[in-house]
Amino acid sequence: MSPAWAIAVPLVGAALIAATGARPNLRETVTLSTAVLLLGVVSSLVPDVMAGALPSAVLAEILPGIALRLEVEPLGMLFALIASGLWIVNSIYSIGYMRGNAEQNQTRFYVCFALALAATMGVAFAGNLLTLFVFYELLTLSTYPLVTHSGKPEAIAGGRTYLGILIGTSIGFLLLGMVWTWQMTGTLEFAPGGILEGKASNAMTGLLLALYMFGIGKAALMPFHRWLPAAMVAPTPVSALLHAVAVVKAGVFSVVKVIVYVFGVDNLARMHSADWLPFAAGFTIVMASLVALRSDNLKRRLAYSTVSQLSYVVLAAALLTPISIVGAALHISAHALGKITLFFAAGAIYTAAHKTEVSQLAGIGRRMPWTMGAFAIGALSMIGLPPFAGFLSKWYILQAAMGTGQTVAVAVIVLSTLLNAGYFLPIVYSAFFKAPAADVHGHGHGEAPLPILIAQTATAAGTVALFFFPGLFLGLAERLAGG
Amino acid sequence: MIAQHFPALQVVVPLMAAPLCVLLRNARLAWAMALAVSWAMVFVAGSLLARVLQEGVISYALGSWEPPWGIEYRIDPLNAFVLVLVSLVGALVISYSRESVDHEVRREQHYLFYAAYLLCLAGLLGIAITGDAFNVFVFLEISSLSTYVLIALGRDRRALTASYQYLIMGTIGATFIVIGVGLLYLMTGTLNMHDLSQRLPAVEHTRPVLAALAFLTVGISLKLALFPLHLWLPNAYAFAPSMVTAFLAATATKVAVYLLLRFFFTVFGAPLVLGEMPLPEILLALSLAAMFAMSIVATFQDDVKRMLAYSSVAQIGYITLGVSTGTAAGLTGTVVHLFNHGITKGALFLLLGCMAMGMKRVTLQHMRGIGRIMPVTTFGVVIGGLGLIGVPLTAGFVSKWYLVLGALERGWWWVAVLILASSLLAVVYVWRIVEAAYFKPPGEQVARLREAPLSMLVPAWAMIAATVYFGVDTRFTAGVAARVAELLLGGFR
Repeated sequence: MSPAWAIAVPLVGAALIAATGARPNLRETVTLSTAVLLLGVVSSLVPDVMAGALPSAVLAEILPGIALRLEVEPLGMLFALIASGLWIVNSIYSIGYMRGNAEQNQTRFYVCFALALAATMGVAFAGNLLTLFVFYELLTLSTYPLVTHSGKPEAIAGGRTYLGILIGTSIGFLLLGMVWTWQMTGTLEFAPGGILEGKASNAMTGLLLALYMFGIGKAALMPFHRWLPAAMVAPTPVSALLHAVAVVKAGVFSVVKVIVYVFGVDNLARMHSADWLPFAAGFTIVMASLVALRSDNLKRRLAYSTVSQLSYVVLAAALLTPISIVGAALHISAHALGKITLFFAAGAIYTAAHKTEVSQLAGIGRRMPWTMGAFAIGALSMIGLPPFAGFLSKWYILQAAMGTGQTVAVAVIVLSTLLNAGYFLPIVYSAFFKAPAADVHGHGHGEAPLPILIAQTATAAGTVALFFFPGLFLGLAERLAGG
Repeated sequence: MIAQHFPALQVVVPLMAAPLCVLLRNARLAWAMALAVSWAMVFVAGSLLARVLQEGVISYALGSWEPPWGIEYRIDPLNAFVLVLVSLVGALVISYSRESVDHEVRREQHYLFYAAYLLCLAGLLGIAITGDAFNVFVFLEISSLSTYVLIALGRDRRALTASYQYLIMGTIGATFIVIGVGLLYLMTGTLNMHDLSQRLPAVEHTRPVLAALAFLTVGISLKLALFPLHLWLPNAYAFAPSMVTAFLAATATKVAVYLLLRFFFTVFGAPLVLGEMPLPEILLALSLAAMFAMSIVATFQDDVKRMLAYSSVAQIGYITLGVSTGTAAGLTGTVVHLFNHGITKGALFLLLGCMAMGMKRVTLQHMRGIGRIMPVTTFGVVIGGLGLIGVPLTAGFVSKWYLVLGALERGWWWVAVLILASSLLAVVYVWRIVEAAYFKPPGEQVARLREAPLSMLVPAWAMIAATVYFGVDTRFTAGVAARVAELLLGGFR
């Protein structure tokens, strides 16, 4: 099947959602069936990719010699599977959340969500840098109405930061790096081993790498991370799927892709042009964890945790060994499952108890055991404990860091693990073991609506399942690292 | 048979239709005639372009007086491309204009309005098609005089002062141009551009020829609103009737840019203009100043038409910047941006015209909450705005790509950085419109509005669709532009 279907399906879905906007039940059925169909389309590509084929499709020729072209390689396959699979779960969750909170403009919400997924598939299957850039920008634009969904002043302000940083970095740095690459090499195709070998001096390669790394603002490398906490004004399903999975993973996915297919791992390792990158990533990991430690707002804490975890992927890619590339790819999937669970739980707490701050959560585990149970699983996976998915990826990254003798990277991973534990475990502890504070509002509440519970249980189970059955993802990751 | 005379018909038909409009003295008939003529001109221009691309340069001797004695119409890919742009925009704008002009111009002036439009069209097409330097001046005056009339017909009284301002500046520009042409005639004894290009090298370094270059550069720069000679433009755009603003923004400055390219590359030749004279440096400095100063000024405007007018001056900076790089990619950027910005800005002004149906001036305060009231129009504005920023899949991205590439090819990496930085300023002013339109509650005035009629939306959206289409399929735009750039640099004489 042509990978173009992966983009066409959510696009058609968006049109149908808009057409059925007046009938919410039908509209949600369309969303769910689109999501299921998309996963079907994406899964149908897996056997070919595992067999070493690269299914491709040309959509248009934008500039002479640079086509808008899709090509499915292992990393894109992995990313597309994660995003499309979690879209189904997230759609179930959205139904519970959006109805439970009686949100406005739900049709626009679902339409933009489908458009964002179409853009995500485009990023995942991009066959060259220009295609990646095009869909990357479309992803920013299609998620903007979701970030500003409520239309309140703080949402508009958040939207400004979101758009300002993402468009600013992508046009200011990424586009520049891309045109420069084109000017030097005459190609923008992704090629195993990279396209820059022998075309640029060490210093130029380093500068170009910086343009890409900071230009891909969605990877949230400091100091261009502020858009992510700003995006937390969005409804929680948006934070969960887009700002824990699709958008941020599009960022780190692009980072890995550029390092592997544009610069070439061996090429970079030989030139020492990427030696600064582990420090930049390590700095982001530690600093973001420190901010998370001090944030009382739950979603903000999760956002900074995401900033920190994203840099794990960048750090892993920057270690430039096959095993670290496997770690990077695995961490994309492991963090996606864990973080979406955490956001689902945060949204469940908001929907059932209308609580947003960490300090309000004492004793909530007794009223919402399922929610806080899922939260605990997500948190443990973030910290990197077995038997949860986070352990796997951390293991690979740590192994690579030790193997290359990068003591700084090892120290960063150890320190951040402690910090992770420091900002997640107290939440779990107080939720289950502290006495509930006297409720000022005086209203009782139980668990969140059923669709929410189903969704968060599913992703929590996924976090465990990925630990025991990592076969498919590991296979894809190894294929990527093996060239 | 008749196809042989297309070059003449391209100008003569609208020129003759104008007095006919006056004789008809009927608003509807005048409009119908302008419509028929405009679409016929699209056909003529399209077939001329097709012929040029296939068979090469067309030389047409007007009245069978052989060049260089008679007036020659000389069509190559560059001006055929401009002819297509001008006639296409003209046809779309006139299709749109009926309701808008009904609303904005006094009824008894309608037939005069359409007559003036036809004269302006004839003038602009004439400038583009002619191969005779003095004939350029004649058509320039025809288009300018009719433009002054068109601007002055705006419903706001300030349109009169705007028109007067433009008249003064435009006349100075025209005078400079005619002095330049006169000096060239003095030194070479010919007015035919092709002939000039043959004879100029012999006297290239004489003072009168260099003075002619200076006069022509300044005169044309006034017409194309190169910073800081742009002062006439914001008022003229802001107070002219909506359809006139759209037409002028998409065509008038673009034809002037064409003229600059024609004189620089065909008449004087790239080696003199870009090699020996300090023109690239001057153009570069002025272009950068335009891109930044005018974009910053645009972000502070509350009148949206004026905001986009300043944005136009900034965008003209991109166009001239491409010239200053003197590389094939940069010139491709110039030519392609001529077209892309023409359709993008034209579409935006048409959509603002839709909004102007219900409010006196389209300001950010007045258009609060309009996204809910006029969703189709407003969404069109958003797409057009993305085109101004240069988001991929819009035409603006293609232009920017070539301009950045041109700067890098020349080794001006800092210019590449500045081009991208200035396009971020466009995000600021476009997003002021977006936030006003979508996030503010509609005021009383806006709440009473309705979506614009289809007769206006269809042409406006056709242009919006074109900005997206030419952002995806660039075979026509970038393809022709790349060919033109190659010809211009190859001492195309």
